[in-house]
Order: sequence, then structure tokens, then C-alpha cells
Amino acid sequence: MPDPKPEDPAGGAEGAVDESSVQAALDAALAAVEAAADLDELKAARLAHAGDRSPLALANRAIGALPGPEKAAAGKRVGSARGRLNQALAARAGVLEAERTERALREEVVDVTLPGRRPERGARHPLPLLMERVADVFTAMGWEVAEGPEVEAEWFNFDALNFDVDHPARQMQDTFFVADAEGGAGSGLVLRTHTSPVQARSLLTRGVPLYVVCPGKVFRTDELDATHTPVFHQLEGIAVDEGLTMAHLKGTLDHFARAMFGDAVETRWRPAFFPFTEPSAELDLRFSLGREAERGWIEWGGCGMVNPNVLRACGIDPERYQGFAFGMGIERTLMFRNGVTDMRDMVEGDVRFSRAFGVEDLSASAVADVLGGPADPGTGAGEGVL
Amino acid sequence: MRVPLDWLAEHVDLEPGATGADVAASLVRVGLEEEGVHTSGVTGPLVVGRVLELAPEPQKNGKTINWCHVEVGPQHDGPEGWRGIVCGAHNFAAGDLVVVALPGAVLPGGFAIAARKTYGHVSDGMICSAKELGLGADSEGIIVLSQLLPGVEVSPGQDALELLGLAGETVEVNVTPDRGYCFSVRGIAREYAHGTGRPVAQVFRDPVAVEVPAPTGPGYPVRLSDDAPIHGTVGCDRFVARTVRGIDPSAPTPRFIADRVRRAGMRSISLAVDVTNYLMLETGQPLHAYDLDALQGELVVRRARAGERLTTLDGVERALDPQDLLITDEAPGDPASSRVLSLAGVMGGQSTEVSASTTDVLVEAAHFTPVTVARTARRHKLPTEGAKRWERGVDPAMTARVAELAVRLLVEHGGGTADTTATDVVLGGGPAPSPTIAMDAGFPARLTGTDAGEAEVVAALTEIGCAVRAEGGRLEVVPPSWRPDLRQGVDLVEEVARLRGYDTIPSVLPAAPAGRGLTAGQRARRSIARSLADDGFVEVLSHPFVASAVHDAQGLPADDPRRTALRLANPLSEQQPLMRTSLLDSLVEVVRRNVSRGLRDLALVELGTVVHPTPGAPPAEVLGAAGRPGEQELAALLAAVPRQPLHVAGVLTGARRPPGAGGEGFQRTAEPATWADAVEAARTVAAAAGVAVLVEADRRAPWHPGRCARITTAAGHVVGHAGELHPQAVAALELPARAVAFELDLDVLLAQVGASVQVQQLSGYPAATQDVALVVDADVPAGAVEAALRAGAGELLEDVRLFDVYTGAQVGEGRKSLAYGLRFRAPDRTLTAEEASAAREAAVAEAAARTGAVQRG
Repeated sequence: MPDPKPEDPAGGAEGAVDESSVQAALDAALAAVEAAADLDELKAARLAHAGDRSPLALANRAIGALPGPEKAAAGKRVGSARGRLNQALAARAGVLEAERTERALREEVVDVTLPGRRPERGARHPLPLLMERVADVFTAMGWEVAEGPEVEAEWFNFDALNFDVDHPARQMQDTFFVADAEGGAGSGLVLRTHTSPVQARSLLTRGVPLYVVCPGKVFRTDELDATHTPVFHQLEGIAVDEGLTMAHLKGTLDHFARAMFGDAVETRWRPAFFPFTEPSAELDLRFSLGREAERGWIEWGGCGMVNPNVLRACGIDPERYQGFAFGMGIERTLMFRNGVTDMRDMVEGDVRFSRAFGVEDLSASAVADVLGGPADPGTGAGEGVL
Repeated sequence: MRVPLDWLAEHVDLEPGATGADVAASLVRVGLEEEGVHTSGVTGPLVVGRVLELAPEPQKNGKTINWCHVEVGPQHDGPEGWRGIVCGAHNFAAGDLVVVALPGAVLPGGFAIAARKTYGHVSDGMICSAKELGLGADSEGIIVLSQLLPGVEVSPGQDALELLGLAGETVEVNVTPDRGYCFSVRGIAREYAHGTGRPVAQVFRDPVAVEVPAPTGPGYPVRLSDDAPIHGTVGCDRFVARTVRGIDPSAPTPRFIADRVRRAGMRSISLAVDVTNYLMLETGQPLHAYDLDALQGELVVRRARAGERLTTLDGVERALDPQDLLITDEAPGDPASSRVLSLAGVMGGQSTEVSASTTDVLVEAAHFTPVTVARTARRHKLPTEGAKRWERGVDPAMTARVAELAVRLLVEHGGGTADTTATDVVLGGGPAPSPTIAMDAGFPARLTGTDAGEAEVVAALTEIGCAVRAEGGRLEVVPPSWRPDLRQGVDLVEEVARLRGYDTIPSVLPAAPAGRGLTAGQRARRSIARSLADDGFVEVLSHPFVASAVHDAQGLPADDPRRTALRLANPLSEQQPLMRTSLLDSLVEVVRRNVSRGLRDLALVELGTVVHPTPGAPPAEVLGAAGRPGEQELAALLAAVPRQPLHVAGVLTGARRPPGAGGEGFQRTAEPATWADAVEAARTVAAAAGVAVLVEADRRAPWHPGRCARITTAAGHVVGHAGELHPQAVAALELPARAVAFELDLDVLLAQVGASVQVQQLSGYPAATQDVALVVDADVPAGAVEAALRAGAGELLEDVRLFDVYTGAQVGEGRKSLAYGLRFRAPDRTLTAEEASAAREAAVAEAAARTGAVQRG
């Protein structure tokens, strides 16, 4: 390390401005700068050779005392020397700083593949996600999203929907009845067997024109197995207005099917029967699942024109208004769309199932291949009437 | 409904070359859903064989086998003029004609026949039993054709598939509840004509198109009565009875009837029973056959009396309900002698059933009305083939004609003689005629959005059997007697639409009025679910069925309202008859399931409804549906539906933060989920909904009494609780130790959502920060101290942050020190140090006043 004392490192007289003294002071300074191995040494060299008490600074100060004729030459000499020194200092500082940065970066290398400490990633359940997606498709068309209770009055679940108490269809619904005080089924309450009671509730409370969908939970007395579950989800839709026709029903469902399954989806209607719609149809779909060529028609849901008896029970004039209703199984939709093959995976709450779907349904309308496995989810599950 | 193709072909011309799949596809087009196409499962070569020689050969295993030479026709015989076959059965002799499956044949269950070495011979085929061919399990030994098909000429080499009815296909379709007439070959044949677009008049042959001879006098006495009609409709409005005497009790059922009945899914029992079932399948008219000798006096159709009982054919003794309609008999003039014979239209009793010795048969062809039969079938849980048809409606115009068909079959195949008398009585004027439906001819076009014109509408309705009168654009339509489901204009529209084909309806997207999108509550729910997922929670859905034991396990007090749960009358499991009153009731099961699958570090969340019934609430009225209920009725109905608030609940177990890279290098230990994570999750929910909440200490099962936070809105409504679960609850619920949980009522929380947020203009002036350490008693909640600081500091306070909690010698026993950073800022100027200090002093003074806080050194 060079001597930091502000003495004349060149050994010349203090304030000497003669050419050899200046040159000697400059040489000594440049040598010290060059010798500085790190930024600390460079700082010392700067103090010794460019500081207030350095030979060049003193020489600079001595110029003023020189006789006139010598001033100019001495000034030029000393100035030039100081300029070269400053350049050398800056250059050396640049080199040393770059070296220091490089060393630091080398030392700070980490293993970026190590896991962080965030809580494990969460996920939404795909059924509510799908119901939200469906709601978005319909709200984009100007529809609204309605809701209704899961424990429902029998009147809304059946009677208002033209299911007479003796109607065979009422017996086919495998209904959970709420116990009355004696434990019998006379409470007048059931666990809703379909989301269709929302039709009657909406007509009664919102009136017409009406364009609503209702995604929700429904119940049937089926034991849980690969294709059945006692608790499942449906999407109900109802539109009542002046001049609505089956063609409008078809247009709505075609759009909905394309939104869920892609533009290449094909739809087919089969005549069917539901007490609350007439005419009625079952809607079948056919689409290609990326990994597979063609598959057969699969049943997606039921639909039809709202039965005038339903409109009458809700105080709507069937001579003036007509409308349509439809219902799809959400579980079925998920099975078709995402390759889920076992109903139990959807209801058991195993975290591995939900995690596969992430926090949002961002899939394009085309089918996502989430779990793999055979494509045909079977039939019968979650279908029911509307 | 299963329809053998050859049976169908008897009543409608099938399209040339139509297979079962083609027929099913045609039926799908008009609304009969395909359930499957069945075959016998037997494929050829299956031929008739004549046993030429039969040599019994005793074996070492004690069995005796027969080594047979069987002639199976020139095209199948070996060079010697026969094939050698080993057979284990002994019910046949040389000379018998039998059924032989030759190598290459496949029997039901995929059993392939091949020549094989056995018992020292090459057995070159198999002599078949009825069971092996799927023709019934009750027959012993192999088929001897002279016994199975008496009088039928057969010869060796003849195809036995055709002979035994094993060649044909059977189409099975699902019949919707409105189309009772499709529970018959008659109805399916008609629909097939529609499905193939061909005129019924040309291709359909009606099985009930039969002349009924005029009776020479009254037949067996029958009296119809009904002292309790349902909805004013009598249970039996017509009763036809015919007698056939002298039937040979040993006469077998003709093969074609037995085959068809079997292929349609019913069992062959005896000639009389098979004939009634055969005609029910063919025409849709249920019939009943009585042993005439077992009847006394007259038949009386009436409602049951209190206390009456009947042992039905299934051997079950049933207590009868006064609404049950019965067929009874009694000695004339002696009501006390009355016996119950059957549940009308549902099931017969044992006492008067035809038996192996019956020679004289009384055939009943009645007309019962749907509601009566439906209720009885439901009440006694007897969804029989007959009941299924009655409750959907049976064509009242064919009653006598189907009875005539039955008589003819019994005479022809049983060798009996029909009485020339007949019973035909009606009640209440007999079956109601079809209604006349008035409809605008343009209505089908208006409802379907098509251009179906009047001529097409009239043609379609005529084709399905309606009588149509058109005048000035108005139609008067009388539906055919077999279509009781056609009651209003829309029903006729469906007929027109399905005959045209639903594929002719265009696809037009309707323009709904402009909507407002999701409601604030709906958006808040999404925001909450998403926030929790972002925070590491996995959303699950649990079934809402629970046991009261779960409330005991949670340690709920005896009078806790959460014990008041809705009970199901018919739960799937008697162990879980209740609907959950909190989500935790059912969520814990999902936790246990995951843990049992080795997934121990859990953060589960569920959004769902719970049910809070009002004790002693009146039942919900089942109102009429003829018109809109009155406002009061409607209000009462809505009020009778129990409260079902939407909740969100979460459970955390195991590690919240796994080992991983941190600022200080790799952190080896996982951070367990704690009470604080549960409380933070509750705060996350509130924040996601944009609602300010207060967190205070509380005691509430199932939480740890010292680690339970109550969450309330600013207005003081309780939203829910969060914290660590009580160790006893954790043990009783079989959860991992130190499990933590929260449950919030979103209806309460979301009631606060909606008002637009109002904000101040942001101040760009510098902030002044001041730290303060306050010493308080150890049991003073930090939340109370912070609230006091906020209240005391005034409007200049921008933020308060707790940055240290210290207990120890320096603050003294039973005391703690809370260190807060306060940030002050003014909207219009730079604060001076004096102003900031004054605000701080005011904050401290308020904390001192409210919580006894003392500022530390």
C-alpha cells in the first residue's frame, strides 16, 4: 500500500512546478492508481495524489505565486498532469467496480428450483367454477342469475310445475321428503329434485319479460356410485316473453353448447316429456374430444316450451306470453368437458381433484384434457328431468 | 318396453332390411328413447339333430356319459352320416330330435362351442338344454323337441335359431310418462310408422281391429260401485267379463306366445296367465284371469273398508286403505260374505288365481281410471306392469275387443268353449269421451317458430289419429281414444312438431332485454371463493346429510340452536337423517377422508347453504295450481320454507407453510397452521367482500375457549367464529391435533355489500411516523388497544401497525408491552414534529383511559 501521508511522494520540494517535479509527481500518482487492487486502495491513492495536500494540488496552488511570464507554462503543465491523473482514477474505478459487482454476483448464486415458503397453492372446485362460467355466458346475453332454496316447498317443486300429486313423473323423481312432526312426509317440504322450482319462483317474484338462469344443487335418493350421486348440480334456464318460440330455444341452446364445448359441437333434439314444458325435447350433443376422433350422441339435458299450466299457476297470461325452459346437469357437463369418469371424484372432496383445476376456468371453449382416462363418462348420472 | 322385432313386424311393415338398430333410430326420432337392442346371445350354427345311437359309458368318477351319434343334416354330418357328441344328460333316447350347437356356435355368456376331446371321444358339438340357450332356468336336462314343440314338424339339419325364436332382435325403448299407449306393441307399431314417415293407414295393422260378437245375454254378474271417487272420478268406469269353459289345464302355452312374452321381459307361467300378459304387451290393455270355480256369486268392484286385508300374489298380506279400489266377490244378497280378490288394476290375490287344475276361466277386461290405480300402486309400493299402464291411461275403446282376443286365444290353444254371453257394465256413464280441443291453425307455427301451415297441421293431427274439423283458421280437434295425454293446444303442437321432425325448427338467438350482470352479492361470493383459493384453500363440496352425533362431538350445549336440524323422512342412511346446521358438521368428514388418504397438510373450504328450521313451524301448504296463489297464501308458503343461509367454512390441519427457501437460507421446519391462520382467513373473506369487521375474543363450541375469535360487522351483527378447535372436539371428530377452523354466515356479511366506496383525495405531503410502546395487563386484547389508539389519534392518523409484543421481567409479571408504529399525515400541509407528537399523545391518552395502558420509558 502506498504511503497515505500527504508528503511529497516524489521527493520534490513542496509546491515545485518545474517540469521534472510535476512529471515525477504524475508518474508516482499513476503508478499508485495502477497498483490499487481494490476500491479501498484506490480511495487511498486518490487522497494521496489528488487530495488537497498532494504534490499536484500544492503545485497548482503555487502557480499563483510565480512571476508572470512563467505562469502560463506552469499552469498548462500542472493542469495537464492533473487531468491525466483524474482520467486514470476514473478508469481504474470503473475496472474495480465492475470486478466487485462480478464477484458479488458470483457469490450470490442460488438454486432457483428450491420451493418457496408460500402456503401450498389452493384451488376452486370445478363444479362452482363451471357454474360461474355458465352464468357468464348467459349474463353476456343479457340474462340474469337467479337463486332458490335447496329445501323447497313441494308446491314449487311439483305442483306449480304441473306435476299433479298423482302424476307418474312425480313418483319418478326419487324425492327426499322433509319429516313432519310425526316423522312422516307431510311437512310439505322436500329437498328440491331439480332447479326447476326457480322457474315458478322467478315468474312469481320477477314477472315478465323474464330471462334468468339458475345454477344450483339438487337432490335425489340415489346411492353414491361411479355414475350417481344423491347431491348434484343443475343449470336451469327460463325465458318468458312475447313471441318466444322453439326456434329461440334452439338458438339459445346452440349458443350455449358452442360456448361450453367449442364451435364444432353438434346438437340434436329428440321429442321428450316433462310436465312443465310442452312441447319438450331432450338435447343431445356430439363433439370431438381432441384426443379422440368422433364419439356418439350424448344426452346433455332437457328443454321445451313452458307449459301454459305453469304460466297460469304463476299468474302469467299464456295467451299473451310464451317462453322456454331448459335444464342441464353440471356434473355431466364437467364429465364431457373435462374427462371426469367417476362421479365420486367430484363429491368426495379429495384435494387432488380440485387442485387439478386451479383457481379459475380459463379453458377455451374447446375441451380441456384434465385428468385423462376414457372419454365416455357413461350415462344416467345427474340427468333427471330438466 | 321391449318389443321383439318379429312381433312388431306383425303389426307394422318394417322398412326393407331394417335391423333392430334401424328400428330404434326411427323410434328415437319421434321421442322414444333407445334403451338397447337385445339379441338372444346365441349365434349359429344351431340345428335340429336326431339321436341315432346312444351308448351309456360309466366313468371312473362315478358319472355316466352318453356317447351319441347325432344326425345333423347332410351339410353338417360327418362322412358316416352323423356326428359324435358326448352328452351328460339322460332325459332322452335314441330317435329323439334335439337341439345341437355345432363348433363355431356361441351360446349366451360368450360360451363358444368347439370340437374337444373328452371322456375318450372327440365331442363334435353340444346337445343343448333350455338353460344353456337362455330359454329359462327351470327345465331339467336337454331339450327334446317333441316335448317342447309338440306337433311341430322338424327335421335334422333345420336351423334351430329360427325355430326356437333365438334369431330375432328385441328393441327396448324408454316410454315417457305421457305415452302410456307405447307400453304396447300396438303403440310402438304406430310410432314406428310415424318415425319412418309412412302413412299409418298403409303400413299399420291394428291388433285390436277385431269383431266382437253381440252377446246372447248377460254374462257373469258384476256390480260396479264407488262410494269414494277421487276428484269426482270413479275408479272403475267399465267392466267387461267373458267366460271360457273346458280348457285343458295341461295345454301348454303356444311357443310363439311363450317366446314373445319371455323376450318382452316377462315369465311364461301358464296358458291363461300367458295369454293375459301377451295381450297386455300387444295391446296395452291389462287383463285378469279368474278361476271361475273359485268365485262365489257376483263380482263387486268397490273401495276397501276399514280393516280389510288381502294377501296379494307376491305372498304379502296387506292392510287395505279406504281409497284402494278392489275386486271382490260375494254371494248375492249377502254382503257379509264379501271376499277381497284383488287390488284393482294393480295385483291379484292368491285365492282365485288360475291354477294347474283350472278348467273354467273368467277373463276380466276392465277400465280403471289413472289416479285410483296410481295411488294404490304407490301406497303398496307395487309398480306392476298393469299399474304402470293404468296410471298412464289405457285406451277405453278397446276393452271389449281385447277380451274377445283373449277368448279366442284360450279357445284356440286351450281347447275351451266360450260362453256366448258377456258382461259389459259401466259406472258414471262409462269412460269419458276424448275432449275437443280448439286451436288456432297458426298456433303450431307461432309456438315452434316454423312455417307449419294449416294443411300440414291438419294432416299431422289426422295421421296420429285425431278427428279434425277446420273452419276459418280455427281447428276443433278430438284426440284418439289412446291419447289421453292430449289435452290442450300445446300438446297438439308437439305432435305436429315431432312428425315434422324437430330438426326442421330453425335456430334463432333471442335478444333479451339489457341485463345488469351479476348482483353485488354474486360477485362478492366469487371474490371470496377466489381470495381463499389464492390464499391456499382448496374448495370442496360435502354432502349435507349428518348425524346428531356430530353435534355431540362438537360439544354443542344442549340448548344450542345448531342442534335444531331439519330431519328427512326418508334419508339415504338412517345414521345420517339430518341436514347440517353448519358447514363444519359435514366438512370434518372430508377432512378425515383426505387425512386417511395421506393428505395431511390441509386447508379446505366450502361455500354452501345450511338449514336453520324454525322449531314448531307449520307445514308448507300444498296449494292448488290452477292459478296464481293469493298473496297471503304465497307469503305463508314462502315463510314455511326454512331459513337457509349461505355459509363459508374452512378447516386447516398440519403445515400451513412447508419447508422451503427463505431469506435466511433453507427453512427446514414447516410452519403449522394455527388459530391465527383461521382468523386471517376470516379477515380474508371480509376483505374480499369489502366489509369491515371486528375481531374479538369469544367462547363458543367447537372452538378452544381461549383461542376463539368472534367476527362481527361494524354494525354489530355476528358473522361467525374462527380459531383453534377445542381439543376434545378435535379428538371426538377424529381430526388431526391442533386443527383450526372458521365458519362465517355470508348472508350476514353480504348484507353489508353494495354501497360504492367513497374515497378522499390522496395527500402528497410527507408522513410523520411515531412509535409508541404501551404496557397493559396481559389479558387486554391488542385489538382493544389499537381501537383506542385509532380513536384517540384523530384525523391525522393514517395507519397503525403493531410491530412487537413483549412479555418479560422488564414489564413485570402479568403485563405485556405492545409496540405500535403510528403514521400521521395531513391533507394540506407538512406536519410539524409538534403536531405529530400531540396526536400521538392524544392516542396514548385514549389508550390509557380505555385499557389502562402506560407508555413505556
